[in-house]
Amino acid sequence: MQYAPNIRIVEMTCTGNTDHRVLLQAFEEGADGVYVAGCMEGDCHFLKGNIRARKRVNAVKKLLDEIGVGGDRLEMFNLSSAQGGRFAQIANEMTERIKSLGPSPLNKSGAKKKEGDA
Amino acid sequence: MIVAQQKPLQEIADMVSDCKKVLLVGCAGCVTVCLSGGEKETEVMSSALRIKRRLEENPLTTVTFTATRQCDPEYIAEMDEMVKDVDAIISLACGVGVQYVAERYSDKWVVPALNTNFIGGSTVHGIWEEKCGLCGDCVLHKTGGICPIIRCSKSILNGPCGGSQYGKCEISKDTDCAWALIYERMKTLGKLNKLMEIQPPKDWSTSRDGGPRRATREDVIIG
Repeated sequence: MQYAPNIRIVEMTCTGNTDHRVLLQAFEEGADGVYVAGCMEGDCHFLKGNIRARKRVNAVKKLLDEIGVGGDRLEMFNLSSAQGGRFAQIANEMTERIKSLGPSPLNKSGAKKKEGDA
Repeated sequence: MIVAQQKPLQEIADMVSDCKKVLLVGCAGCVTVCLSGGEKETEVMSSALRIKRRLEENPLTTVTFTATRQCDPEYIAEMDEMVKDVDAIISLACGVGVQYVAERYSDKWVVPALNTNFIGGSTVHGIWEEKCGLCGDCVLHKTGGICPIIRCSKSILNGPCGGSQYGKCEISKDTDCAWALIYERMKTLGKLNKLMEIQPPKDWSTSRDGGPRRATREDVIIG
């Protein structure tokens, strides 16, 4: 089983712990795309963690559209930890989507992080 | 609590479009509870503004701080050092907090990030409703604990009016008729007879009609 090598995994205790700030930080620090991989809906150990994560992801997608990064660069997927094949498939699908969108506008020359940015 | 909601990001961005460095100040009071201006919301707004400005090739430097309360001068004083080199302060407090910050830092451009909506509480997580009309002369003991001033669309004291249909107000099928609620509550309490008392016209001088209000407690004034 292989998947695109450009994926950087950030482990969370539960997708329900995914904060708006973490998603935005990823883009600020250079990610071209971000996806959140949560458990199957209905299978959350904490009952609603993945449902809440999806709501937050959707809120950040809207914000990304508003500020010009583009909400398509962020996505939420649901799969179980036993679905290794599906994990690889999603990694490849997301990689293809981001490749077709091109680099994040934040990574284009004019918008590169400049000294003084907090 | 005071319930407030964030202004559109574009509106806030426009207010500080000519600034290079801004301080975003959250408030750990009411606006933290109603999820519009607490520490998290302050950091999210900060990040969104930075990204937006980077894309416009006009980078913005941000500093964030969350005051215990922006409606008390001693908590605002904690940011005296932070404000020195910023071009503007974006306050994520209610209108009260914005004014306290603007008063203390009179040489700084202070802008509001929120629209202050009403005094109320949450019904479920993420939904808030108006509960108090701030009339300054509470009548809840006469109305079964349901405020007719703010929860009745007409603020009438001898309801319901003819617009009450099946427990709903004529303004919207989603709005309960406050007087239908009052009637049911008083019926449950066995106090329907109290509703037979005609309430005279209310003295609105204790409300906003009397101009800006002030509350004083002599025994706790220091100095």
